[in-house]
Parts: sequence; C-alpha cells; structure tokens
Amino acid sequence: MSRQRPALHTLPEVAGGGLLDRRLFLRRGLALATAAAAIDTQAADELPWLHTPGAPFTPYGQPSPHERLTARRIGANRAVAGNGVSFTPLEDLEGIITPNGLHFERHHNGVPQIDPARHRLVVHGLVRQPLSFDVRSLLRYPMRSRMLFIECGGNSNAGWHGEPIQRSAGSVHGLLSCAEWTGVPLSLLLDEAGVDVGASWVIAEGADAGAMNMSIPLAKMRDDCLIGLYQNGERLRPENGYPMRLIVPGWEGVLHVKWLQRLEVTDQPVMSRNETSKYTELQPSGKARQFTFTMDCKSLITSPSHGQTLPRPDVYQLSGLAWSGHGRIRRVEVSADGGKSWADAALESPALPRCLTRFRIPWRWDGKPAVLKSRATDERGNLQPERAALVAERGRAGYFHYNAIVAWAVEDDGLVTHTY
Amino acid sequence: MGWSRTPTEHAAALLSGLLLSACAATPNAVEAPRLGQPVDGATLARQQLNAFPDGRGLPPGRGTASEGAALFAHHCAACHGKDARGGSAEELAGATRPLNTPAADKTVGSYWPYATTLFDFIRRAKPMTAPGTLNADEVYALSAWLLHINGVIAADDVMDARTLPAVRMPNRDGFIRIEAD
Repeated sequence: MSRQRPALHTLPEVAGGGLLDRRLFLRRGLALATAAAAIDTQAADELPWLHTPGAPFTPYGQPSPHERLTARRIGANRAVAGNGVSFTPLEDLEGIITPNGLHFERHHNGVPQIDPARHRLVVHGLVRQPLSFDVRSLLRYPMRSRMLFIECGGNSNAGWHGEPIQRSAGSVHGLLSCAEWTGVPLSLLLDEAGVDVGASWVIAEGADAGAMNMSIPLAKMRDDCLIGLYQNGERLRPENGYPMRLIVPGWEGVLHVKWLQRLEVTDQPVMSRNETSKYTELQPSGKARQFTFTMDCKSLITSPSHGQTLPRPDVYQLSGLAWSGHGRIRRVEVSADGGKSWADAALESPALPRCLTRFRIPWRWDGKPAVLKSRATDERGNLQPERAALVAERGRAGYFHYNAIVAWAVEDDGLVTHTY
Repeated sequence: MGWSRTPTEHAAALLSGLLLSACAATPNAVEAPRLGQPVDGATLARQQLNAFPDGRGLPPGRGTASEGAALFAHHCAACHGKDARGGSAEELAGATRPLNTPAADKTVGSYWPYATTLFDFIRRAKPMTAPGTLNADEVYALSAWLLHINGVIAADDVMDARTLPAVRMPNRDGFIRIEAD
C-alpha cells in the first residue's frame, strides 16, 4: 500500500483538477483512500461470530441491521399521508439495480392492498372484442424481461430553484430507480382484443384510491410496452403496482401506471389532470410543453456527492449513474475543474438501452477546492446540457423534465456540497 | 440408441427449425394463449370513468355553482382553502400572476385547457378520504363551482354532459404538444 503512494503523485492527469485515466484502477489496482485507511488487526478470538452458531434460516432475507440507514427518504403531504413521494437513496447504492425495497415511490392516495384474485385488467374501447384478464391468466402469457430505469417526470425539480438545494443526491434526484421488469408484451393483449383502424391512443387507469389515468400513444404501447408482473425476479411490490403495472420504456414515470386495471383504446387523449394541470412544463412565453414523454439524457455523480466528506487528499474513484430514455448511454465525461476540461469515464457493462449505466473514473484530489461535474451523451447524440443552457431555453417554471448537469463543490476540508 | 432420428422426428425437427426462423424474422410472432374473457357493454359502462374533452364518457346529471359551493366547503376547502386559493393542497382559483411571468399561478382558470378534466378528476379521485363516492350531480356541481369561482361561467349556468364540454377554457390554446399529434 505505502509503496504505491508516491506513484499517485506522478501519474499524469487526463483533465484538469486531477482526473486520471479511466483504466487506471484496472491496470494498477490502486486502493481507494477509504478502503486503504484502516487495516483491522483484531485477533480472531475477539470476533464472536467466529465462535458461536449463526442465526437460523429466514423465509425472506432482510438487509443487515447495520445498513438500516440505507432507506427511502419520504416526502409526503402533511394532510394526506399517502400523497407524496419516497426517494431512492442513490448515494448509498452501487451498480445499477435498485433493490425492490428501495425503489422510489410516487403515490397520489396511498398504496392499495389488492387481492390478486379480485383484480382484473379490462381492455376496451376501439376494439373488436372488449376483454377482461385475471392475474392467473396473464401469468400464462409469453413474457419478456428488460432492465429499465423508471424516472419520475418531476425528478430533480429542485434544479430549477434559484439557489442550489443542499440535500443528498438521492433526496433530489432519487425519483429514479432501475430494475429488471418482466411481463407480457402489451401488443399481445391488444391483438387479442383486435384494435380498430383509427385508434391512436390508449388510456391506462390504475386501481388505486383515485383510479389515476394517463393517455399514451398506441404506437408506443404496441412497440415495447409491457404489463409488468415481476420486478427483479419477484412479483411486484405493492408500492410498485402489485399485481400488475404498465412498463413504458424510457418514458416518464407517471405513465407506468401502477395497479393497472383498465386500458381504453381511443382516438384521442382523455386530457386527464395529470397530463394537463400536471406533467406539463410552463415556458417563459406562457405556453406549456405537453406530452413530453421521453426522459432525456442525464447523469449524476453519486460518490462523492452532497453531504459526504473526503477524509484527506488522495486518489478517489468517482462513481455515478447515467441514463437516457432515448436509448443507450454512449459516453460519460467528468470534470474536476467546474467544466473547463473533461475526461472520459469508464462505463460498466452492460450499458443497456433505457437502463441505468454506471460510470467510474479515478480522481486525485490535492486538497484544494474543486467542482465535480458529469455529462452524458446517448447513442442518438443527445448531450446533457449545462444548467445555464437549460434555464435559458426553458425558463425556471417548467418543474418537470430537468436534466441539466449536476455540480458538486468540494471544499478544502473535504466537505461536498451542491453548487451551480 | 444414440441420436439417430426416425423420419417423423426428423421432419418435426426441420419444421421446428422453420418455425424458429419464421419467429426470428418477426419477433412479435409469439403464440399467445388468448385467455381474455369477453366483457359486456353494461359492465363496461358501469366501470367507465374516462370523461373526454368532446363529452364522451360524461354521465347524465346536472349541477350549478350555487349547488357546488356547499359541497366544496364540506369536501374540499380543508385542503384547498375556503376560496380554493390553496392550502395543504394546491391553489385552484384566484390567479394574479400571469403564465408568462415568474412564479405564475397555474389555476383551473388560468391554466387548465379543458373543463371536462374537472369532471374526470373529481369523479375518480375526490374527496381524498373517500374517492369515487360523489354522485354525478355532485361532480357537475363541484365542476361548476370551480369554473364559476375562476370567472369562467355564471353562478346559475347548468353544467351537464352537453354544456360542460362546450365551456371554452381561457388557456385552451396554451399547450404545445411535443411528442404526440
């Protein structure tokens, strides 16, 4: 360990502020400061778990009690407890998969406790034959599995504020999660019901208290939407739509209607509250963008991020997430000098379309103030914008679809805060 | 023994190969079991909650703002405020800052493009403590009161399946469709 330290100071930068070659860790296996700090030399006889029988089997495993702080952060309406959100703690997680118990939530009026035996999915409207499907029947249909992110259209909305919000990465950007979703291609059910010529929209409706509804273009529904039944291998969690939800790859979270009970095939959108009054983006002109479905190209450094402290000048591995509703992430660049210079980060495999992609790059922090940024490019060539450019184009009243570059300021004492 | 095949098995293997290649050419050509049960029109009508801008889906019934005032005070004011100017829930009326100014007020009167959205949303989602329990007359009356307090209709204008879709909302043309026609 100590023999490698002098070498850190001589490694060449690939961009300003101490960014190092993204392949460095693979080539040299440098240890991170945090991992290298304490080599514990406790004698084996001081560790009780080595000398007493462990706990028995459990029917369903739980995280270690030492990880109980890795939890969703809840922001609910003070008058209606089931109206609000819970955020995925992005800064506490690694890799790309969100554990099911930590998937973000947005509920309008609580989580319905649905008995699957009494739940039906009805397909009707402009179809040859209206049909009803029970859960057991749908489980017999051919299925597909896809790794996909779901991001709320209102994720990161504090980015529109005039001052940078001082909250953890997950508490601002954590209306974002990623899972393997398995379910029945919606095209199968639409074909079975027989969609009329002239149909162009499908209105999806949930079985929550409020039966929330959203209109989705028929072409998207036919193309790649699923009736989601499984989440990371197990049946959906109640808060994620049990017994079934709509999966709309790459599009805003509100369209992934949970507790799905009806699909009305129509020739027009219903103009529900959530596609007119909400999930529309007021522009400086006074006009509002509507039906902005695709979640744009975006990225975020999760380690280090707001509220964390770098213990000492050393080499750190920066780690973060990138994603785009338009397809695969092709490139992530990182800056340690506030955007003056950029270096390519390494992308972990797999880099799947409409899925979170993990990026990493080594960074030598010299103990001086620094500003860390990341910017993603997707396979369609969309480049994540600087905040100033996004605000110049859209104003600050749009609330939804904020995808600008996130900047973290590192102070000389190692504390990381949010900055613009 | 071994892997030699009878002529029938050989033909079956060839055939499955052909089927596989046909599937490869058209990825959606999976065999679905067709387990959907037919639903009759009466059941569908009973469950129908979608109310469209052209009036489709609106039920029989009627209501006025005068009738809706007491309903709002009883069911809605605790969260939305006495005059619907907001509380723990959002403001629905009383906009003063126009849409092209910072911190614009997005109320029913200043922002919502369709009056039918009121009926659609109130019928399915309100009140929060007991969604879906208001009858059609009550939903028309609440819609009428919200339109009236926003200055869109008169206190005694009757809202029903014919008149509600005909209400021209002030911000009807305020939206630009980005990813849909």
